[in-house]
Amino acid sequence: MSEETQTGPVLAADGRPLKQSLARSLRNQKLRALALIAPLLIFVLFSFIWPIGVMLFRSVENGEVAETLPNTVAALNDWDSTAGDLPPEAVYQAFTEDMVVAIAAKNHTKIGTRLNYEKTGMSSMFRRSGRTMKKWDPETDGPFKEKLIDVHDGWGDIETWKTIQTHSVKYTNGYFLNAVDMQRTPEGAQAQPEEKRILVKLFGRTMWMSMIIMGSCILLGYPVAYILANLPARKANLLMILVLLPFWTSLLVRTSAWKVMLQQQGVINDVLVWIGLVADDARLIMINNQFGTIVAMTHILLPFMILPMYSVMQTIPETYVRASKSLGATNWTTFWRVYFPQSVPGIGAGSILVFILSIGYYITPEIVGGTKGVFISNRIAYHISSSLNWGLAAALGAILLAAVLILYWAYDKIVGIDNVKLG
Amino acid sequence: MAALTPISRKPLSLVLPTVAAFGGFFGTFVGASNGSALFGILIGAALIASLAAFYILVLKNEQLSRWLNIALMGVLGLVLGGIPGLVLGALFGWFFGWLIFWMYEGRYRQHIHPYLTSGQVLWHYTFRVICGAIFVFLITPILVVLPLSFNAEDFFTFTPEMLRFDPGGYSLKHYRDFFTSNEWQRSFKNSLIIAPIATVISVSLGTLAAIGLSQSHVPAKRAIMAILISPMIVPLIISATGMFFFYSSVGNFLEGTLGMDKTFVGYIKVILAHAVLGVPFVIITVTATLVGFDRSLTRAAANMGANPVTTFFRVQMPLILPGVISGGLFAFITSFDEVVVVLFVGSASQKTLPWQMFTGLREQISPTILAVATILVIISIGLLTAIELLRRRSERLRGLSPS
Amino acid sequence: MKLTKTLLATAAVTVSAGAVVADDMTIVSWGGAYSKSQLLAYHEPYTAKTGVNILNDDSSAEAVAKLRAMNEAGNITWDVVDVVASDAIRLCDEGLAMEIDADTQLAPAPDGTSASEDFGDLLVSECFIPQIVYSTTFGYRTDLVGDTPPTDICAVFDLDMYPGKRSLEKRPINNMEWALLCDGVAKGDVYDVLGTPEGQDQALAKLETIKDSVVWWSAGADTPQLLADGEVIMGSTYNGRLFSVIEEQNQPVAMLWDAQVFDLDGWIIPAGLSDERKARALDYIMFATDTQRLADQAKYISYGPARKSSAPLVGQHAELGIDMAPHMPTDPNNAQNTFLYNYEFWADYRDDIDAKFQAWLAQ
Repeated sequence: MSEETQTGPVLAADGRPLKQSLARSLRNQKLRALALIAPLLIFVLFSFIWPIGVMLFRSVENGEVAETLPNTVAALNDWDSTAGDLPPEAVYQAFTEDMVVAIAAKNHTKIGTRLNYEKTGMSSMFRRSGRTMKKWDPETDGPFKEKLIDVHDGWGDIETWKTIQTHSVKYTNGYFLNAVDMQRTPEGAQAQPEEKRILVKLFGRTMWMSMIIMGSCILLGYPVAYILANLPARKANLLMILVLLPFWTSLLVRTSAWKVMLQQQGVINDVLVWIGLVADDARLIMINNQFGTIVAMTHILLPFMILPMYSVMQTIPETYVRASKSLGATNWTTFWRVYFPQSVPGIGAGSILVFILSIGYYITPEIVGGTKGVFISNRIAYHISSSLNWGLAAALGAILLAAVLILYWAYDKIVGIDNVKLG
Repeated sequence: MAALTPISRKPLSLVLPTVAAFGGFFGTFVGASNGSALFGILIGAALIASLAAFYILVLKNEQLSRWLNIALMGVLGLVLGGIPGLVLGALFGWFFGWLIFWMYEGRYRQHIHPYLTSGQVLWHYTFRVICGAIFVFLITPILVVLPLSFNAEDFFTFTPEMLRFDPGGYSLKHYRDFFTSNEWQRSFKNSLIIAPIATVISVSLGTLAAIGLSQSHVPAKRAIMAILISPMIVPLIISATGMFFFYSSVGNFLEGTLGMDKTFVGYIKVILAHAVLGVPFVIITVTATLVGFDRSLTRAAANMGANPVTTFFRVQMPLILPGVISGGLFAFITSFDEVVVVLFVGSASQKTLPWQMFTGLREQISPTILAVATILVIISIGLLTAIELLRRRSERLRGLSPS
Repeated sequence: MKLTKTLLATAAVTVSAGAVVADDMTIVSWGGAYSKSQLLAYHEPYTAKTGVNILNDDSSAEAVAKLRAMNEAGNITWDVVDVVASDAIRLCDEGLAMEIDADTQLAPAPDGTSASEDFGDLLVSECFIPQIVYSTTFGYRTDLVGDTPPTDICAVFDLDMYPGKRSLEKRPINNMEWALLCDGVAKGDVYDVLGTPEGQDQALAKLETIKDSVVWWSAGADTPQLLADGEVIMGSTYNGRLFSVIEEQNQPVAMLWDAQVFDLDGWIIPAGLSDERKARALDYIMFATDTQRLADQAKYISYGPARKSSAPLVGQHAELGIDMAPHMPTDPNNAQNTFLYNYEFWADYRDDIDAKFQAWLAQ
């Protein structure tokens, strides 16, 4: 209905041009849709996206040094760290001024903690120096260079001043560098010493083990979903209870139960020893390693795989399979060329769910993972709740989130997020 | 299920080798625990095959044979392994008695299509055995938790007394602890308050949004979808700290400016935080249901003079209800089983069941946790069974044949 | 939204029916038997004396993070918090805990000795009032270690004499020190050696010799469970946990009192409380850390009171009726060879060594 072939605009029943009328109705439709979405969208944006954004912003925020030691930072601007000399007296003077203010406000230990993430020993240096320096008067007690070095010889170490200078910027890439096993130095980004590199390895392990968990969920979930979808409703619903029951059991309880099952004096080993398949002194090691994590996580996430697969398989008509067989296809061909392709959306939906959920887990790997089965989330939790290095935790979280978003995007391109079903 | 295929007796040349194979398989274990696996295979196979031949050719009485078999195997078990051996032996006896006649009478063909080849029949049953194994895997933890919750000791350990079935090894003290301890009762009550309300919020807002999203012309649909699903994909520990700041300021506002009660505000915080976490599940399930929704139905309703609200509740809602319910289940369990966020957002008066369990696992070993889990499992079995019975009843009432 | 509001209102009614008044004092602790001992020894008498209702929050494990977040959000809901000494130092450094003057704000000993003298060296931070002395030590299965039970910490590293699994905490603290001690480093030099990269490598190399036989724990309840299962033959944990396994649960376990690491647990008051709440919290602390109260706690759990003047008052276990003094980490028989935890060292080196330790674990 293009305009070239029409002499005048087509009119709707109320006399308006049809095009206009359609546009208005489309606009109304959009508005109505948006009005329906709006409450939830605002709720999620406001109470989730925004706080998370603020949290992740900590990964670049770095105001502590510049705010607590403003004069020192300004004085250090004129100092050339590459020359190999200690900073001039002006820097020590400025530092004393800043410290006296900071000590009065009890801020000096805070920045000691901050700088200790970068250079070990800074924490006690600031704490100890604070005890002496609080009695000083910046106006009259100078010069300070010798006095400070007397208080703690760290102040006579050029590296101390380099560290302060390097980390005095308001926004830093330092946490992100740390998150990929590098560090911010006066000479630019450098790799961490080998014995401290762990995070990249953990990222890799998290991805790789989540893949394995996803794979084993597919392997175990597919037959179950298939039999549930093909049994008569009565039987299927009863069996469905078996799938849902573990789902209703607390994650903590299930994880502990796996511990009881898998450990060396555990149920499985006891049974194996009792029936003589395993010698008593050669009990299998099935926990506190990657195997333990994989078994427990597969069990925990299996319902998330089965339910989407089941709902997709339910919609596959049985007649296709029969038709294929009556046309002479073998069992395998029927499954592989007729049934399987139709069940792919269910596999896709389950996989993305399981994968995303598994890379964020940390309680289960912590309990059953031992040393080689822990994930990157365990380190995030450590930095949030023990070391208080929230900048690093936020950087790690941001990287993890970015990885998930890329996957999500790829998934949406390949399968379409609308096809995700959950039972 | 009605029989699909007429059955006939099978020749011994099929029955005997099959049951012998099973006998050999189980004989391996018995043999291994008594010295030699190989010996076990041979004896097991020979024993079962000769028993089968004896029952079929000599006794010719199924009922008698099966009882005899149970008794025989039970005695054998008693000799080899004491009381547990007796139980296990009797179970084996029941199984083999059933197997022998199931094979011999050809009952395995009864419930499957007559046109299947023997290879297909074999695969049919192998597949069921595989599925059975996976189901066992699924409920294993529950099978462990159940007996351990009656442990007389304060550890997650099967004590020798328990394995001997000595009544002294069992006790109800962990259940008593759950019902008498204030901490457990309060956290249970808190969970029962928080989870349903959080679920109702995420389900109601989520369903509306999903309906909005399913309209054909929504601007920035992908972005909106991504935002709504984000609570599922952000690592929980990050969400927890992020939300902590947000809800602290919300709490300040509600308590300071509006003068609301501190405990009440605490509940609001945890409920809202849990509601956000449940949203993605509702969105995903309900949008999926709406994909297959026939839109002409709403148009027909509108045509007949129903206003949008009536249309929604009388036409659309009943049809998408399964999706809404399953989304609600996911949202409920998300809240009911959530530790990390409540640990940060909540305070002592909002302590939920998972939180109490978490401290329990960390600070004191107490199978009370297992007792709680058992109680919850029993409640959910009850609920699920009730739902299934109701479904069957309504099917009957609507005159549908039970399929 | 209307629905939501209605539901919230309904919830409010349900909640307020059993709710507590807003003026409760929230005391944060570890939960389990430890919280119970505090409830009996401190909270109940204090409530009886003053009428202040005390709400127990089992969040000590997340205390540092939550206090920091509360401080940033400007909404501090806790009044008194039970933390270990190293956390107290961290909180004090971050300005999250209030400084408390022992002499003016705490009760003196019954004989008039000032509180600062009574606590002595245990006042490791200006913000921290120690409550108990605990030690991290090893328990072993008496039925699994053979005829010569271990008497020496280095048994942990001796796989020939004591084959089997042992459980160690999944962090460098304590493990690194024990490793150096058993690798020939003198007790006085341990922290000097550990401060150097070579010393750290030495400690990790020593741990490497038993790495395959170690089960790493992260929750205090793990080792008792592992010992009860026979999953490990020896393992490190807090002495109070071992006491409970041995005396209360009657498991075949015994305690190894050698080179156990002394550590402290005690109270801090969050910085930034209102004057009224601060005064109440200080009043509670004064009550709960006096000589008699500290001695009372030892009736319920085998941790030593932090005051010197409390030691003679330690009596019998409330339920078992056994003398508690011989089970205290402070008892002279048990404290013959102890190891002092160096708080300042770990405040500096914790992150650095932890990164190395975790990288080593993951290898």
